Amino acid sequence: MSEHILEAHTLEEHEALIPQANWFERSETLQKLRKNKKFPTIWCSGCGIGVVMGALIRAIDHLGLKNDDVALVAGIGCTARMPVYMDFNTLHTTHGRALAFATGLKIARPDMKVIAIMGDGDALAIGGNHFIHAARRNLGITALVVNNAIYGMTGGQYSPTTPVGGKATTAPYGNVEPPFPVCELAIAAGATYVARSTVYHALELDKFLAEAIAKDGFSLVEAVSYCHTTYGRLNKLGTAADMMRALKDNTIAKPTFDKLSAEEQAANTKIVRGNFVNIERPQYTNVYSNLITRVQGGEK
Amino acid sequence: MAVKLMQGNEAIALGAVAAGCRFYAGYPITPSTEVAEVLSRELPKVGGKFIQMEDEIASMAAIIGASVGGLKSMTATSGPGFSLMQENIGYAAMTEIPCVVVDVQRLGPSTGQPTAASQGDVMQARWGTHGDHPIIALSPISVRQSFDLTIKAFDLSEKFRTPVILLTDEIIGHMREPVELPDFKTIRSEEYRVTAPGQEYIPFRNESGDVPPLANFGVGYRYHITGLYHDQVGFPTQRLDEIDPWLERVNTKLDKHLDEIALVEEDYQDGAKVALLSYGCSARTARHALKLARAQGKKVDMLTLFTIWPFPERQVEALGERVDRIIVPEMNLGQLAYEVERMAGRKKVRRVVRANGEMVTPQMVLEAMEG
Repeated sequence: MSEHILEAHTLEEHEALIPQANWFERSETLQKLRKNKKFPTIWCSGCGIGVVMGALIRAIDHLGLKNDDVALVAGIGCTARMPVYMDFNTLHTTHGRALAFATGLKIARPDMKVIAIMGDGDALAIGGNHFIHAARRNLGITALVVNNAIYGMTGGQYSPTTPVGGKATTAPYGNVEPPFPVCELAIAAGATYVARSTVYHALELDKFLAEAIAKDGFSLVEAVSYCHTTYGRLNKLGTAADMMRALKDNTIAKPTFDKLSAEEQAANTKIVRGNFVNIERPQYTNVYSNLITRVQGGEK
Repeated sequence: MAVKLMQGNEAIALGAVAAGCRFYAGYPITPSTEVAEVLSRELPKVGGKFIQMEDEIASMAAIIGASVGGLKSMTATSGPGFSLMQENIGYAAMTEIPCVVVDVQRLGPSTGQPTAASQGDVMQARWGTHGDHPIIALSPISVRQSFDLTIKAFDLSEKFRTPVILLTDEIIGHMREPVELPDFKTIRSEEYRVTAPGQEYIPFRNESGDVPPLANFGVGYRYHITGLYHDQVGFPTQRLDEIDPWLERVNTKLDKHLDEIALVEEDYQDGAKVALLSYGCSARTARHALKLARAQGKKVDMLTLFTIWPFPERQVEALGERVDRIIVPEMNLGQLAYEVERMAGRKKVRRVVRANGEMVTPQMVLEAMEG
């Protein structure tokens, strides 16, 4: 789709979009993008995934991490294409298995920051088993789940987070399955940092991602996004801008939510944004490192 | 080291430690579980890491992830788990990431007979994952060889950047034999990887030779690995001028090294017109029959294959030119026999097969020599 957009503009129009000379070299954030032929991205114009990528780069930048020390591991899907654009150690794996690959990598290199980037279908349907077990083990991995409530790359099939009644190409009469609450699932499975924001609240995503990556434990950030190309079209939700605006209107910040009465909270239908869990539990690679020390010290 | 009574599965686990394996991920399954049990005990002693994953899919994924992180990695399983691993075995073949997969074969299909032996995964080891790809599969015939071939599997895997299947079976895996293992310190393993930052690194270079070295993650080369068709630097591509050279290189990368990879033992007699060809537990049957036949004054050739894939075509073709009949005992309905027929001609091959969990007997082999 991006290529068609390129053709629709003249070169001059494109250059006008570039803010200033040497913009690439002048921006530390943009330096974390790869200088390669993969641009423009595969994402549809107006997609929210690019906002998440920007937030991830700013979060890593904020933490002052060296690019060599960061590994991005992804599965399959629109979101999982994110690592190819960024200048880190990037592993684009099989559908649903990002966290399982990340588990091996993190255990081999506990010093590296390992971030698993997944969509909702990738993380919670085909990869649901790995999701709960990575959280249970409390491996020091950050799971970034971009939740657009649909399988976008295959053209709009319902996912484990599609709302009841939502139409999809495989739910032409409306989805009959209740969705997973992503954050609550991670909390129940044992994650030590859990937060949710949306692609409208990009700077809030920066903050949550930075906290999650800094956490020595299994961390989850759910970035609520949208797919105007499939879900939006099938459900007549308007343009990308309309769906972005809906994220602004239909969410509520956790501090505000917490002040509501019990009745108001029970009646709330808006998505709650915020940091839900930030606790300490022994991190797997530290525990295993101690085990090695014990065994090598002669323990039977 | 002293002589010790040991199981084949235990020898595999110790072979892995000796080869420098420092990461194991697996899921319990009969008859392979002893490999995991021994490594959960032994790996921490040498600073290695063991993890029991949530399933075999995750186990296969984890060993690939750990291998990219710089640790020699292995998993072990049996038929049903081997089936689950296939997608990620293809990923390792596509991305050229070294790893060793032990398949202690049991009777299938499906749950089959978990405690009964089989050699039914011969073709799964070759073609279990989708698409064309190179693969190496080795098959030991004894406890000591389980140890030696595990070490060999790691070396071939690292050298040729390919998953290597150690295709053993319930009989070899659970059989106990007295073995004397070498001092692990005497076992040298060559380093094929790029482990320090340098000037230029092209992870999937097609021009210079057949196997470009692999750089571990985190040492200064920030490159991309994907299961999609990719160009030389690892980025996804749909361009034929980038896909075709890759296909050519990867699918022929073992060809120039077949003499090094194809491990066989030729026990030939001048004037023999009949030959036995076997592998794994069935090779023990064949060798027993060979002894009996020769004791009766018969001239018989014996070709034992320790490398199953790539199939030792040259050696089998040459055997077909030596003799009039090749008898192939195996514990399946004739999977390797297909390959023997391909090289020696259908008319020369006699299948002696059994796929009910019971071994082929020497008597069955002797009968195939007659008639």
